[in-house]
Amino acid sequence: MEHIAGRKSALTWAVHISAALLVILWSLPTLGLLVSSFRTADQIATSGWWDALFPQEQTLTLRTADAQAQRQIDGQYVIEGQLFEPGQTMTISAWGTSSNDIGANKPGDSVSLRDGGTLSVDADGAYRMTSDKVFTGARGQRVFVTATVPPSFSFENYRGILFEEGNVDGIAKAFYNTLTVTIPATIIPILVAAFAAYALAWMEFPGRSLIIAAVVALLVVPLQLALIPLLRLHNEIGIGKGYIGAWLAHTGFGMPMAIYLLRNYMAGLPRDIIENARVDGATEFEIFARIILPLSYPALASFAIFQFLWTWNDLLVAMVFLIDSSGDTTVMTKHIVELLGTRGGNWEILASSAFVSIAVPLAVFFSMQRYLVRGMLAGSVK
Amino acid sequence: MHPALLGIVAIVVAVGACTAYFYLSNLLLDKVIFPARGVHAGRNINRANMIRPWLFLFPALFVLGVYLAYPVVATLWLSVTRRVGSGEEWAGLANYGQMLSEPKFWESIRNNMLWLVIVPAASTAFGLLAAQLTDRIRWGNIAKSLIFMPMAISFVGASVIWKLVYDARPEGTEQIGILNAVYLFFGGDTPQHWLTLPFWNNFFLMAVLIWIQTGFAMVILSAALRGIPEETVEAAIIDGANPLQVFFRIKAPQIMGTIVVVWTTITIIVLKIFDIVFAMTNGQWETQVLANYMYDKLFRANDWGVGSASAMVIMLLVTPILVWNVRNARKEMR
Repeated sequence: MEHIAGRKSALTWAVHISAALLVILWSLPTLGLLVSSFRTADQIATSGWWDALFPQEQTLTLRTADAQAQRQIDGQYVIEGQLFEPGQTMTISAWGTSSNDIGANKPGDSVSLRDGGTLSVDADGAYRMTSDKVFTGARGQRVFVTATVPPSFSFENYRGILFEEGNVDGIAKAFYNTLTVTIPATIIPILVAAFAAYALAWMEFPGRSLIIAAVVALLVVPLQLALIPLLRLHNEIGIGKGYIGAWLAHTGFGMPMAIYLLRNYMAGLPRDIIENARVDGATEFEIFARIILPLSYPALASFAIFQFLWTWNDLLVAMVFLIDSSGDTTVMTKHIVELLGTRGGNWEILASSAFVSIAVPLAVFFSMQRYLVRGMLAGSVK
Repeated sequence: MHPALLGIVAIVVAVGACTAYFYLSNLLLDKVIFPARGVHAGRNINRANMIRPWLFLFPALFVLGVYLAYPVVATLWLSVTRRVGSGEEWAGLANYGQMLSEPKFWESIRNNMLWLVIVPAASTAFGLLAAQLTDRIRWGNIAKSLIFMPMAISFVGASVIWKLVYDARPEGTEQIGILNAVYLFFGGDTPQHWLTLPFWNNFFLMAVLIWIQTGFAMVILSAALRGIPEETVEAAIIDGANPLQVFFRIKAPQIMGTIVVVWTTITIIVLKIFDIVFAMTNGQWETQVLANYMYDKLFRANDWGVGSASAMVIMLLVTPILVWNVRNARKEMR
């Protein structure tokens, strides 16, 4: 359409580049945490995550084998071997034997050692130490190498927080607790809201528009107002702090959105279907269960996704209505906030914990994006 | 009982009870109370149909009443009383007076106003830009997904993500926060602790919410932009309008309603903003906001009166949008 104006190519390029910039800017922060979650504490602390994607120059302190490994060849005592552990592939760019000058020698150089004898190190880490005298000492010769290390990532952080028994920073329990809160809190409001939405969409009765207006009003009431009165109510009726209270609270706070979304959708269903069913003698309950509910599936799915994301990501409701002083019912968001306080510098724990909690909503998001978008459009462009 | 088991039981009980309630109450109404037979069949059917909507509505209205309507009144009551033993005593406006005398409250108000102006404006602007750009390119859907993605991330998760961005290491060591790395690369002198710079740190916190909300704005505005009749744009181009004029004179006025909706929706989220501040600074270094101030009062100082008073302030700030939304909804129904 804009191409009618004629200046196609320059404008198109500008659009492509700006869009790419925007996308990079928006995904970079998440990418940073994702990359960090696969690095060890040392790696995170010594270099930025953006370096992790490329081979890196690193200084390592390694040792040759000790005196026991020596052999006698042609009257000389020789220790041969490989500085790196099996499986490590690095390229040495410089090495040295003194901590004062760790880059003194090039690969292939041969230098005399302080205790007599010579040492040579190749670029791939193979070394050869020779001497006229017997090597002594319990430990091998120290070698400082400057090597190019290929990118390396591990699942170690995830293993630590998810599967290590007795890890105080473990997130496995919080994960189950979050799941326990989320699933009932997603399912319970749907049915309650669906019936109400049907009544508001397809039944004529005095006060209908007033109730719809009230639902719209309650849509924006901040849940902050509900904290103390409801906590007090829960304590008085004996629920106290716990899962039941959290489910009820989420059901209540999600209800206006549920009714609003479902009513808007149901009101758009074809009138003929419902009136034909009424003429054919179907009861309202049958119309609802057999016709409206199946037809409203997209709206139900939209709301379910919203409510799932909202309850999974919630912090405030969990802190107020669920987590008691024992901390047994802690959820992931609260767990991570605590880690931020106690483990603020341990990015390997923080990054992997955060990603465990982000992974599920992201999976839901990418697999059901269509419903999410549809729900959003129905919820706001009205 | 094991919580997971309890969860399954809760689902079964709630869904079962709900279905049973609706089914049985309808049955009771049609067969026992107002049976559609006998001499009063006609009258009974009419009466049953008058009552039925309320049967359908009752559970939802009950939940709405207890969990949303009652707390508004109860909080209002708590905000004008003080706790004496286990009961309450009328305190008039004493709580409000105390709140108004606290510098932290005024700091929250100032910061909330900043948030209120900047976050909706920036999110809507970025969203509009993203919508315009991604609608014109072939890989637009992938771009949209990636910009939209932060919507799925919790505020807490986003806080961790951005704390890494803002991380600062002592001078001379390798920086691991990308912002400081970029800052030093472009000639900054020393690494900055972004979150502890009073006043400016508010903007670094806002960036997190803007990052999350831009995707929302983009999705809604993109749909609105696609709904604009092509003829209007075509006509403008034939008349010689340049792309900027097409956007500001033709497209923007047609999607103004949607822009307002996006703006108000984000405004409401901003007014309730809590998690990001709680997780990243907890209101230190002059970043306090109302919702976190209220949480502080309620659960740390254990001062229900002042806490409830600040909750009422949030409610007061939301009210204009509430009224506007209700008026719009009523207009539509007519």
